[in-house]
Amino acid sequence: MTQMDIALASPALPAKRESMLRLFAQQFITSKLAVLGLILLVLFLCLAIFAPWIAPQNPFDIGKLNIMDSKLPPGSVSSSSAMTYWLGSDGQARDVFSAILYGLRISLIVGFVSVSAAFVIGTMVGLISAYFGGRIGALLMRIVDIQLSFPAILVALVLLSVLGKGVDKVIIALVAVQWAYFARAARGAAIVERNKEYVQAARCMSLSWQRILWRHIFPNCIPPLMVIATIDLAHAIALEATLSFLGVGVPVTEPSLGMLISNGFEFMMSGAYWIAFFPGIALALVVVAINLVGDHLRDILNPRNEI
Amino acid sequence: MSALVFAALYMIGDPVSMLASPEATDAERELIRQSLGLDLPLWHQYLIFLNKVFVHLDFGNSFLTGEPAIGLILDRMPATLELATSAMLMAVLIGVPLGIYAGLKPENLGARSVMTGSVLGFSLPNFWVGLMLIMVFAVFLHWLPAGGRGPVETFGPIRLSVFSWEGWRSLILPVTTIAVAKCALIIRVARAATRECLPLDYIKFARARGLSEARVLGVHLLKNILIPIVTIAGLEYGQVFAFAVVTETVFSWPGIGKLLIDSIITLDRPVVVAYLMLTVVFLSLLNLLVDIVYTILDPRVQSKAGA
Amino acid sequence: MQTRAPSSSDKCLLDVQGLRTWFHTRAGVVKAVDGVTLQVKQGEILGLVGESGSGKTITGFSLMNLVDKPGRIRADRLFFDGRDLQALSAKEYRALRGNEIAMIFQDPMMTLNPTLRVDTQMIETVQAHQRVSRSAARARSIDMLVKVGIPAPEERMSVYPHHLSGGMRQRIAIAMALLNSPKLIIADEPTTALDVTIQGQILYEVQKLCRETGTALIWITHDLAIVSGLADRLAVMYAGRIVEMAPTADIIRGARHAYTHGLMASIPTFDTRGKSLFQIPGSTPSPLNMPEGCPFRTRCYRATSQCVKEPVFEETAPAHGVSCWHPGIET
Repeated sequence: MTQMDIALASPALPAKRESMLRLFAQQFITSKLAVLGLILLVLFLCLAIFAPWIAPQNPFDIGKLNIMDSKLPPGSVSSSSAMTYWLGSDGQARDVFSAILYGLRISLIVGFVSVSAAFVIGTMVGLISAYFGGRIGALLMRIVDIQLSFPAILVALVLLSVLGKGVDKVIIALVAVQWAYFARAARGAAIVERNKEYVQAARCMSLSWQRILWRHIFPNCIPPLMVIATIDLAHAIALEATLSFLGVGVPVTEPSLGMLISNGFEFMMSGAYWIAFFPGIALALVVVAINLVGDHLRDILNPRNEI
Repeated sequence: MSALVFAALYMIGDPVSMLASPEATDAERELIRQSLGLDLPLWHQYLIFLNKVFVHLDFGNSFLTGEPAIGLILDRMPATLELATSAMLMAVLIGVPLGIYAGLKPENLGARSVMTGSVLGFSLPNFWVGLMLIMVFAVFLHWLPAGGRGPVETFGPIRLSVFSWEGWRSLILPVTTIAVAKCALIIRVARAATRECLPLDYIKFARARGLSEARVLGVHLLKNILIPIVTIAGLEYGQVFAFAVVTETVFSWPGIGKLLIDSIITLDRPVVVAYLMLTVVFLSLLNLLVDIVYTILDPRVQSKAGA
Repeated sequence: MQTRAPSSSDKCLLDVQGLRTWFHTRAGVVKAVDGVTLQVKQGEILGLVGESGSGKTITGFSLMNLVDKPGRIRADRLFFDGRDLQALSAKEYRALRGNEIAMIFQDPMMTLNPTLRVDTQMIETVQAHQRVSRSAARARSIDMLVKVGIPAPEERMSVYPHHLSGGMRQRIAIAMALLNSPKLIIADEPTTALDVTIQGQILYEVQKLCRETGTALIWITHDLAIVSGLADRLAVMYAGRIVEMAPTADIIRGARHAYTHGLMASIPTFDTRGKSLFQIPGSTPSPLNMPEGCPFRTRCYRATSQCVKEPVFEETAPAHGVSCWHPGIET
């Protein structure tokens, strides 16, 4: 991650919040791809939220499964009920479409929760480190640097091997991997803000450091943090999928998209490609959509930063 | 670092129960425990560990196979190195020209599609790309094998598979999988660096002297943008090395990544510890190497270092 | 000093008439160069004088066809050595650059590529235009370094540019310009970024070299004082146009355009010591928003209602052209 500039703090922007949002929306629309990404994202969110109502079948209710319906290709009709397996069924006769919807839920929940937690923790660490500087700041940043020098997947793997399986454990591992990115970005932004006049003025007024940090510095650090949060969401979802695929992520009882793909992997050779293919497409679309939005956000909020 | 890893790994789980057959009596389990040294108190085990590692470079024997852990790892390292190196080479050789092209005429349709492609490239999850490649080339088209490593040739202690056509066939898909994401990153770096260097005076002066455009771009521009590219490529190499875990699982490539996953699942601790220690050393050496290469490439840094 | 100023019977090397370089930006059309007419004879030194923003640097780039989009170069007549530059293909123009027309830039710190050695950059300049061996090109480069006054040239060749001082680098740039024996050198404020002491040295050496080799020189600068000792003729530029052009002595003795008067009056001399410095009132108009007619109209003490019409560049005296409705020597 590179240093982020704070373009929004320039005096050229309108002060009113509504017009700032309008300006932001106008700039956002300039990229058709980003808008497409946003639409896709909203669509997936709706699918995930309304999954229990949309899905033709609850794939985890074992009683409802008919083992004769296993490994049916897409579009086939169930032999027992009037249900159509739009995207086929897997080895345990689960409807792939329903499984995707439920899996989407897990993937998105894990992603959002871990990014939010990492955002909070990382931003706090970064802001404190920037504001106080000195030994505390240096020590905190040292920890951040050490964390960042390790490949994310190794950290996650080691943590999960210690913690075991489970959705909450996966979230913890993801938070542990991501907080450092937020910390570094928050610190970078806060240092730039710290030296500005309004902070010095606030200090002169003997405002408490909590107040200065929270109400003055933090709001101006939000733009780059939002960019990181968006892109990190995509990373988190992809990382969780990877971990589940490897078998160290979420348990079989609460499968995410990655777990579904892992299940379908073994069937690929024998020709039942749909079991892994469709969850894979869903995952790819979600991640790409988020990245398109995040990429464009970065262009809007940090025009000088190309990478 | 070592203490942390050691403590974490050794406190969790009970390898004896994994190794011993279910019918083993308690006495037999105790025997196994003793032979593995697990009956000693934790701090004692740690001291033995430190002694063995740093004095004898002995990481202990794998719980599973009884062979020395370090031997297992070194044995499989060339396979991963082969994968990682080929992938980075591919990423650089394709990414740099594309990035320069995208930087020359950024409004061009071709340049914009390259950039969009790069977003796709690094957002798609690694294992998904691998899966898709297997599906298309191995399952549907039957052109390439779906996994495993090709025939190897021995060079002293190292076994490489690059030198035979058969070896290449097995190498292409996993290498492409890794290269896609890294290529996208390099394209972005190259483009950003190109856009930064192109308007500078020395490029104009080179053109004013009547040098051919090929020389202006291929020598004058390239030497200047290589600095950030090599730095990033070097750092990413470490990431590739770690992330090989995923690719090796997808393609059943016999490298250290696969070894790690298997060891984590079977709680084969000595191997995991040995892997982690080795990775730390490898990454540190890599960072050092990147620093050295940087001073070679950028003559301005040299004189500061020498002065 | 040995000099051989060209006489009026010499052939005209560079013939530019009505040069216009306009930048078509989203904010509007920036008329950086808006009607430049000048001629340079073989072996002649022409000083192109103007303040920042007058368009003199862009004029230099236009002659070399080094103007980036969205700029477009147009001229009524743009002839070099009898060839129509506007009819050349990109490849032919490239063969001309560095070979028959060479350029020296302003900032020696940025002109040389920091990641390539000096010899690499000099040798490639030779080899871009002639098929010579590397060692021959190298030998020629070393010769040229000696000519521009660089001590221990062999050692200097093997170093990187950042090891050298600004004055050295500019000399190397000059050497690179002379390597292929060009007929014309365009020097864009080459001494502005250097110390005053070095300035004098470089001025002297450039003039000497040009006289010796018979190379024509266009010296672009904002400093009238510097160039008056160097040039045979002066062309004064304002707001993208040439407002006055004449032999140096004629301008010093009797400039006819109000702007030139202003420039001369602003030079601090012994006579003006102790008095407040003269300033031309007002400021340069923005190239996006030129006033109608004469661009100097808003600041000129001679302006009348006639000046709303664009003045024509005419010769009011032999070899002395002015673009003004009220030319005259009196201030």
